[in-house]
Amino acid sequence: MQSSATPPLTHLERLEAESIHILREVAAEAERPVMLYSVGKDSAVMLHLAKKAFFPAPPPFPLLHVDTTWKFRAMYDLRAKAAADAGMELLVHQNPDAMARGINPFDHGALHTDLWKTEGLKQALDLHGFDAAFGGARRDEEKSRAKERIFSFRSASHRWDPKQQRPELWRLYNTRKAKGESIRVFPLSNWTELDIWQYILAEGIEIVPLYFAAPRPTVERDGMLLMVDDDRFRLLPGEQPVDRSIRFRTLGCYPLTGAVESEAATLPQVIQEMLLTTTSERQGRAIDRDQAASMEKKKQEGYF
Amino acid sequence: MATNPASPRDYVPDTLIADDIDAYLAAHQRKSMLRFITCGSVDDGKSTLIGRLLYDSKQIFEDQLSALESDSKRVGTQGQNIDFALLVDGLAAEREQGITIDVAYRFFATPARKFIVADTPGHEQYTRNMVTGASTADLAVILTDARKGVLTQTRRHSYLAQLVGIRHIVLAVNKMDLVGYDQSRFDAIVEDYRAFANEIGIDAFTAIPISGLGGDNIVDRSTAMDWYAGPTLMHHLDTVEIDADREAARPFRMGVQWVNRPNLDFRGFAGMIASGSISVGDPIRVLPSGRSSTVARIVTFGGDLRSARAGQSVTLTLADEIDCSRGDIIAAADDAPQVADQFEAKLVWLDAEPLLPGRAYWLKIGTQTVSATVQAPKCTIDVNTLQSLAATTLHLNDIGETEIITDRPIAFEAYADSRELGGFILIDRMTNRTVAAGMLSYALRRAQNVHWQAVEVTREAHARQKGQTPKLLWFTGLSGSGKSTIANLVEKRLHALGKHSFLLDGDNVRHGLNRDLGFGDADRIENIRRVGEVAKLMTDAGLIVLTAFISPFRAERELVRSLLPDGEFVEIFIDTPLDVAEQRDVKGLYKKARSGEIPHFTGISSPYEAPETPDIHIDTRRLTPEEAAEAIVERVVGVWSPML
Repeated sequence: MQSSATPPLTHLERLEAESIHILREVAAEAERPVMLYSVGKDSAVMLHLAKKAFFPAPPPFPLLHVDTTWKFRAMYDLRAKAAADAGMELLVHQNPDAMARGINPFDHGALHTDLWKTEGLKQALDLHGFDAAFGGARRDEEKSRAKERIFSFRSASHRWDPKQQRPELWRLYNTRKAKGESIRVFPLSNWTELDIWQYILAEGIEIVPLYFAAPRPTVERDGMLLMVDDDRFRLLPGEQPVDRSIRFRTLGCYPLTGAVESEAATLPQVIQEMLLTTTSERQGRAIDRDQAASMEKKKQEGYF
Repeated sequence: MATNPASPRDYVPDTLIADDIDAYLAAHQRKSMLRFITCGSVDDGKSTLIGRLLYDSKQIFEDQLSALESDSKRVGTQGQNIDFALLVDGLAAEREQGITIDVAYRFFATPARKFIVADTPGHEQYTRNMVTGASTADLAVILTDARKGVLTQTRRHSYLAQLVGIRHIVLAVNKMDLVGYDQSRFDAIVEDYRAFANEIGIDAFTAIPISGLGGDNIVDRSTAMDWYAGPTLMHHLDTVEIDADREAARPFRMGVQWVNRPNLDFRGFAGMIASGSISVGDPIRVLPSGRSSTVARIVTFGGDLRSARAGQSVTLTLADEIDCSRGDIIAAADDAPQVADQFEAKLVWLDAEPLLPGRAYWLKIGTQTVSATVQAPKCTIDVNTLQSLAATTLHLNDIGETEIITDRPIAFEAYADSRELGGFILIDRMTNRTVAAGMLSYALRRAQNVHWQAVEVTREAHARQKGQTPKLLWFTGLSGSGKSTIANLVEKRLHALGKHSFLLDGDNVRHGLNRDLGFGDADRIENIRRVGEVAKLMTDAGLIVLTAFISPFRAERELVRSLLPDGEFVEIFIDTPLDVAEQRDVKGLYKKARSGEIPHFTGISSPYEAPETPDIHIDTRRLTPEEAAEAIVERVVGVWSPML
């Protein structure tokens, strides 16, 4: 019998090892995997884990950003750099139909998300023939996520059927599928928001500066604090951008993402604020505010 | 009594967070992780308990709590009080029907540990869901209602927890508030449970009297049960030994997931260490080949390691250039696992379609995927009475003992010793569904005593002598489609061309080799399996073999294809639509089938799965049998022969 002097693994070490295992299983068994990359903090952690999983080789799949053209400028700045640092090809898909129809978050509400994100994602996966797509979703984010498998099977029309999920036993993932079908894979399923932050701190992972507090031009609208990121922002009569010290807990399309007033400018301060706050991270997202089961419905239609 | 959940208490975070965040983070960096499962029947208060654990460990944010409060008033079952079940039942269908459909995973943390809870439903699909949740758990909390004591469900859940090998069992006697916090009631239930637990091989468990509703003995000690001196549930969860730490003390094993070859100078074997530890310079053996080497480097992104242990995902390089690929096991050289291809195993059937004994399924164990056939179960276990019952197959949620034969040897360990090397899943080849969870018990001796005879005249030598490439021409199609007719013509032409061939005909084989077989699905599968094996031996002898069998299932045709080297199996689809075949009715069989005289008739009362991409497709409405035979000979031997 061998004895070991090294201490037992901590929860972050176990989460990291499990995620790396998942990334490698997909790379070994899928024909054309791809990693969805949204430039957020979860994406940053997932990309970092991919670099670790395949080191010294670069991750053997491209990154795909399903772009709505309405992300924060700081996100576009980090996107290309992160892909280059990882030695990976970056694919950007913008739904040409949404582009032609001028779909935007100011005029089109839910249609904006449907066309740019859900339809855009399906188009991109079909266009490149990807059969497995990594996503950075976590089970602690939302109730229907808590019920989703790590390997989430999708029909040829990208539908998720929560009643037909494959049982997931031990660390054995069934990756077999028929032509046209695909699998969404969530390597961060068992991570919580706090784990993500702790890991970013421990590993020194670069994230978009918008997560840290700084004075930024803002307007208050419908109970949300919105950042005026470029001159496409339509000011309503009487609205005047005001500089406030703000930061973001979650990042999406800038006109749909609420900021929080904050002075937290370092990672420990951000984590401290997160631990002291009394609201969940998704509270700042306009997209989640419909009915209770809205995320589940979106997912059934092919949303990530 | 602890705080009533109906009146949400203020959100009070750890004081260290506000005072010294760096100290807090340093402390939290070193937390361990425990995975557990909760089980109990619908009304035992399982969801309430989980809601409690989340709530009392401050994992519920205000916006979630206010959504929960409004949901509770709208669709809750607790009157004006918070219904914690709504916190965990997240799917629309679950909320509508007030039931739990599937396993959900929840997270919470204490200053000592982080927890992942598999919340498994108590409803009909119990076995399947419980096994799923339990397969990754270190501990099971089995809830019983203090008023009801040990019930059938208690026994069932305990049995399943034991089956999956969970070492830590907690008997949580819930609703103590409803029996007046009575110690004698608690003691009686524990005694009752102990007798049963011993019977099924659980030798130790921890019993805790609780009230999920009031929070007694969950996080805080109950003031109403002074007589109880043991730990609270949370304290127990915080301090119990974790299995992963035990794994580290076992011999080294790592399944190879991925061979990392970024350039010609680097060849690394990536995987997650299943058990034991490894250091640079340690001797290893690769299984099933048995080749040995030593570890040269342990490569990680953060720099090389001197040693690594169970649970870590690493990349190893070896001192020698030995053959090693995905699916192989790298093991301690002096203490390697066994290799075998026939096993005794326990199966939990997870699919609505029952087991077809004799059919080949994909078996995935660790990083190895092989083809495996399952024999008819010796018995199934009634999880309600724990009695063994005679059985011929396994249905959804059945548990049975069976023999499994894999198409090549695999490295394994008994499940009792290793979940990683002893737990497997079966996958249906056609539907791709995960149909069973399995646990290897031991290798069958007979497999170890029958070795392949090393033959000196090889199949290549046989083929060379005959001056041809062996092939198996597999004709498939409905009864009366013209398979035998066309196969006969093909063989005559091959013979005339000086080729060495043999035709195995369906009817002829059933007169001898397979006369013990009927026409049910299981017998049809066995019929094809035997023919496949015979045909394979004949191709080993260098022959071009022709077979004419309906062979209705894709899975079996694919199985035979997998027996032969690439390109030697030629699937020939004799495509005659049912109405045409029925019109011809050469042997008068369709008439009999239609009148019900022949049960299980392919195309009438039994399915035919046509090839999707046959190697050769013959449409008999467009070609005469002679034209078809010409086309096949030309494709197979590349020679056009004039009609004889």
